[in-house]
Amino acid sequence: MKRAVLILTFAGLLLAGPACPPGRAASWSGVDETVIEKFAEKAGRTAREPFINTDQGDLLLFVFLVAGIVGGFIGGYNFRVLFPPRRDVGDEKHV
Amino acid sequence: MDGIWTKKRYASRFAAVVAAIAGVLASLPAPAFAMHISEGLLPASWAVLWYVVAIPFVALGLRELQRRNEEFPYFKPLVGLVGAAVFLISCMPIPVPTAGTCSHPCGTGIAAILIGPGLTVVVASIALTLQALFLAHGGLTTLGANIVAMGVAGSYVGFGTWLIARRLGVPWIAAAFLAGLLSDWATYAMTSFELTAAFHAGSSFSAMFSLILIAFVPTQLPLGILEGILCAGALRFVRNRKPELLRMAAAGGAA
Repeated sequence: MKRAVLILTFAGLLLAGPACPPGRAASWSGVDETVIEKFAEKAGRTAREPFINTDQGDLLLFVFLVAGIVGGFIGGYNFRVLFPPRRDVGDEKHV
Repeated sequence: MDGIWTKKRYASRFAAVVAAIAGVLASLPAPAFAMHISEGLLPASWAVLWYVVAIPFVALGLRELQRRNEEFPYFKPLVGLVGAAVFLISCMPIPVPTAGTCSHPCGTGIAAILIGPGLTVVVASIALTLQALFLAHGGLTTLGANIVAMGVAGSYVGFGTWLIARRLGVPWIAAAFLAGLLSDWATYAMTSFELTAAFHAGSSFSAMFSLILIAFVPTQLPLGILEGILCAGALRFVRNRKPELLRMAAAGGAA
């Protein structure tokens, strides 16, 4: 139950962001825009387009999704090698 | 008794599903969520300098990978798992309601405890290179600076904190929390240092460094705490499920 509360708290934190009324604080941009680029611009430097620019339309969403799937698969595969699933108590009774 | 366990299992599964949905919802808005130094922001001389600083650490980590892979049978899957986790965690924008901005944890604190700081630099470098190449996240010219901030500063500070805290007799869960917290903050302190070094020109170094650091605080203060909780939780899981992994960890079983 404790674990469930922790996971739900984390989920609440994730949801609390997008759930906030727009305009109340900011636009949910990354700290690269709100901090790094702000100070760089003051020093006369601006960010250049990436060499492979995937930040076009929905392409970035697609690439992030693929990265998540590939990363998740690699992580999951190695997780299963390191932490094989425990056998249920019920299963042992039938052995 | 079985009923209680079943209820607990359902509660955990329900919470995991809600967390997964929340994760997907949180990542839906499309604007760029990069938190590393973007492409072309640093002057060429500084970009080269940070590459020069980063390369020996990466080389050291690669040598360690070869050596330890021969010593421990489970080392490869552990490095694979930690690498995937660092990549995913450092891609994950988390909205911080108190600041109205997004940022990401780094995962280098727990990585350094599990596989050592040298190898954490290697996995962070791979993650940052992939992000710079395909995810418009960071940049190739600023890769050296980003490796030094997230890989070197994050992992060595996290690992150092862990070791010192354990030697001082701090309970392992608190030591892990501190390692996660300080590894996150060290990353952004190093980023502030890099930006100040490149941009302070005629103005006072310390004044500009403080300004940038303070600008990071509203976002990174809560995220650092979150990273500390994640770090302690992950270590607790490993200790409960497979404590032998910690024996081959760089901490030498100090966990």
